[in-house]
Amino acid sequence: MNQMLLSRKAACNIHGQDSSYFLGWQEYEKNPYDPITNPTGIIQMGLAENQLCFDLIESWLENHPDPAAFKKDGALLFRELALFQDYHGLPAFKRALAKYMGEVRGNKVAFDPNRLVLTAGATSANETLMFCLAEPGEAFLLPTPYYPGFDRDLKWRTGAEIVPIHCSSSNGFRITKPALEAAYQDAQKRSLRVKGVLVTNPSNPLGTTLTRHELDILVDFVVSKDIHLISDEIYSGTNFDSPGFISIAEATKDRNNVSHRIHIVCSLSKDLGLPGFRVGAIYSENEAVVSAATKMSSFGMVSSQTQYLLAALLSDKEFTDKYLLENQKRLKERHDMLVEGLRRIGIGCLKGSAALFCWVDMRHLLKSNTFKGEMELWKKIVYQVGLNISPGSSCHCDEPGWFRVCFANMSEDTLTLAMQRLKSFVDSGDCGSNHDSGHQRPRKTFLTKWVLRLSSTDRKSER
Amino acid sequence: MVKGAESCVPLSEVATSNTHGEDSPYFAGWKAYDEDPYDAASNPAGVIQMGLAENQVSFDLLEKYLDQHPGASGWGCGISGFRENALFQDYHGLQTFRQEMATFMEQIREGRAKFDPERIVLTAGATAANELLTFILADPGDCLLIPTPYYPGFDRDLRWRTGVRIIPVHCSSSNGFQVTLQALEDAYVKAEGMKIRVRGLLLTNPSNPLGTAIARHVLEEVLDFVTQKDIHLISDEIYSGSVFSSDEFVSVAEIVEARGYEDCDRVHIVYSLSKDLGLPGFRVGAIYSYNDRVVTAARRMSSFTLVSSQTQRMLASMLADRGFTENYLKTNRERLKNRRDFITEGLKNAGIECLPGNAGLFCWMNLAPLLEEPTREGELRLWSLIVHEAKLNISPGSSCHCSEAGWFRVCFANMSQQTLEVALRRIKDFMKNMKAKQEK
Repeated sequence: MNQMLLSRKAACNIHGQDSSYFLGWQEYEKNPYDPITNPTGIIQMGLAENQLCFDLIESWLENHPDPAAFKKDGALLFRELALFQDYHGLPAFKRALAKYMGEVRGNKVAFDPNRLVLTAGATSANETLMFCLAEPGEAFLLPTPYYPGFDRDLKWRTGAEIVPIHCSSSNGFRITKPALEAAYQDAQKRSLRVKGVLVTNPSNPLGTTLTRHELDILVDFVVSKDIHLISDEIYSGTNFDSPGFISIAEATKDRNNVSHRIHIVCSLSKDLGLPGFRVGAIYSENEAVVSAATKMSSFGMVSSQTQYLLAALLSDKEFTDKYLLENQKRLKERHDMLVEGLRRIGIGCLKGSAALFCWVDMRHLLKSNTFKGEMELWKKIVYQVGLNISPGSSCHCDEPGWFRVCFANMSEDTLTLAMQRLKSFVDSGDCGSNHDSGHQRPRKTFLTKWVLRLSSTDRKSER
Repeated sequence: MVKGAESCVPLSEVATSNTHGEDSPYFAGWKAYDEDPYDAASNPAGVIQMGLAENQVSFDLLEKYLDQHPGASGWGCGISGFRENALFQDYHGLQTFRQEMATFMEQIREGRAKFDPERIVLTAGATAANELLTFILADPGDCLLIPTPYYPGFDRDLRWRTGVRIIPVHCSSSNGFQVTLQALEDAYVKAEGMKIRVRGLLLTNPSNPLGTAIARHVLEEVLDFVTQKDIHLISDEIYSGSVFSSDEFVSVAEIVEARGYEDCDRVHIVYSLSKDLGLPGFRVGAIYSYNDRVVTAARRMSSFTLVSSQTQRMLASMLADRGFTENYLKTNRERLKNRRDFITEGLKNAGIECLPGNAGLFCWMNLAPLLEEPTREGELRLWSLIVHEAKLNISPGSSCHCSEAGWFRVCFANMSQQTLEVALRRIKDFMKNMKAKQEK
């Protein structure tokens, strides 16, 4: 029988979708919670989506029906938009996006629309930057813990490598100069040429923002090694508390000779809750990078229909001002609710001030202080408690026992229920032991729903 | 903007290479157009763009549809419509949209082939689909065989970031540029000689730039060839809806079905709505593969190039309207045929022959008799005259890797009838002048 061979890229596992981490996803999809039709189902707390402010956008759409209908001042622009496939992007959209990016950063910096490259989501932006900055086999340094999707996005088709910058709970997972140097040495030992550092700020999965000090040492480091710095700022519009978000753009605006090595990634998927629309962007003052990335964006452009709609939305200052404030407020409320709910169960979190999740400390619930112990605890939380949360090991965290728990992708009632379930679990004393307890939720209810399917649905990993 | 006067942090080879192709001499034509674009009212002496394979002849049908169905482009009155759509980023794609794409592809082939929506992988345009398939089917350093002349964009789309090479399968005007078994064998042997592993053959059917649908017997030969060599076949069918007589198009899907799906693991089809529906801005492409592993890998890889859920939703609604799609396909074909007839007649009056064609948005015209010398240089010199004197941006055959000098691709569907008339007048005048020069 002929074996139709595919490429090495197609056959490898770097896309990461065979990992045990996706078990939680699969279980959720087999048995998703619904307050009415499936109240004992699994609650999805592994999905970093922002569902808190749709009403604001919906109301804007109702009051401004023209952009979605391809209209402007009564004229139909359908054919112009349908034909518009210039990879430089719709000028009105880039202007609106640049304006919005400035507003998100408190207008402490201004962005030039001509330095923006539009891409189909930040997933595409990050990969494109790798193609532009690294050869196959070269490396980027990333602080741990980091977004699991980076293993696919940065490495899969590019052939680039990731070398971790180890961060620890001892100092709140802050990036330190010794950690940077150690990572660089690790790369050297592995004979990997380092081309840059990539940070996510605000951080996924930590939910914290980089301090000015961290930003400064990062910039000093990349200058001293003559490498690039990518700042993935897709959560910039979700900052809801002090100390506040400082963009790399702000941190470098008064420094000379560094802008050519700094590249920012943005997206509308998190702030505005529009992941389906595939709107990402690279911002760089390096002309060569903008030029190469622009051409590469041919492989992943934003629909002109979507650009047109969002140009209208984002250029409406009244809307963006109101949205940013309200979004902050609601995120903070929801975040505080989760933190308080966890606190009452005796579970702490890293102090976060941004993003759509908490970095939760469940080390004290581990049977053993190992990743095996973490997996055991995680499986219990998925199967017994019915919560899909993300284990720290999937984020390459060095210490077992940390979990990322999302709070913005569900209603208040669902969050309350999730906390109740967790409380029952912790109170039952079942964590850290294998014995069933009388207070535990009946296993049978779950087991009847776990009908093994012939084919599992794999699913794109979410941030 | 920083030009790198400071320490130049190096970029990658890929970023600095020329494989994107945009430094090639052919961009001079684009530049001439950009600097001096024709406009009937404001710039009647400007350059007419005839190098852009866009379909602008049927927009009125789409606009009428939107006018009669204002709900198609919105999210309705309920609150769940918008948020559900805005959140939908599943790389399987909207089920309804995949379903409609499958049906639309069947309609184009008038039911002669069936398409399973579960085998469709959506990508942001055919550009992305072709690159994705190349990443999946070939390793860096391997090659794909492509019959010449071919779409210039393939040099970038298939090679740039993938590191895969293209070996041309040379076709000649002696048989209307049809692919022959001999040409396929020659290309394969050439690759072997260069110690390059051949992973597949890529056909564009109907052909760009030829404007012809590939004959059934040629497709059969091609399928036998790829089977014998145990390589893949990619059939880029993005112009399938533009065959003037729908029964003149044979899709590789029909051949696969006629063979009872035997050994079809190697067959993959690329489609797009950019040409048939004239919607290149919306970035809607698709891969259809008979190979489960390719479908799985392509789906995962499509994360880098998903179609906007807003666009998927609107087009699902539009394509679901069978009355609309039937009428559109029929009317579009008629209009394209009329345009084609009009331009070939006009060219004939100017003393220019075209390859007989039955599809696409362009003609393949033969200006070899005008060349001072039958070389690429001779062709480029003639082309420069056409761009700068006749003020027409057309595509020289050498940009399509044609092995014979003097052929040019001329688009006819991206302009109004009036503009086409102006272009034909200019060509006629140009030919008169050239003839006069030659006679001197």
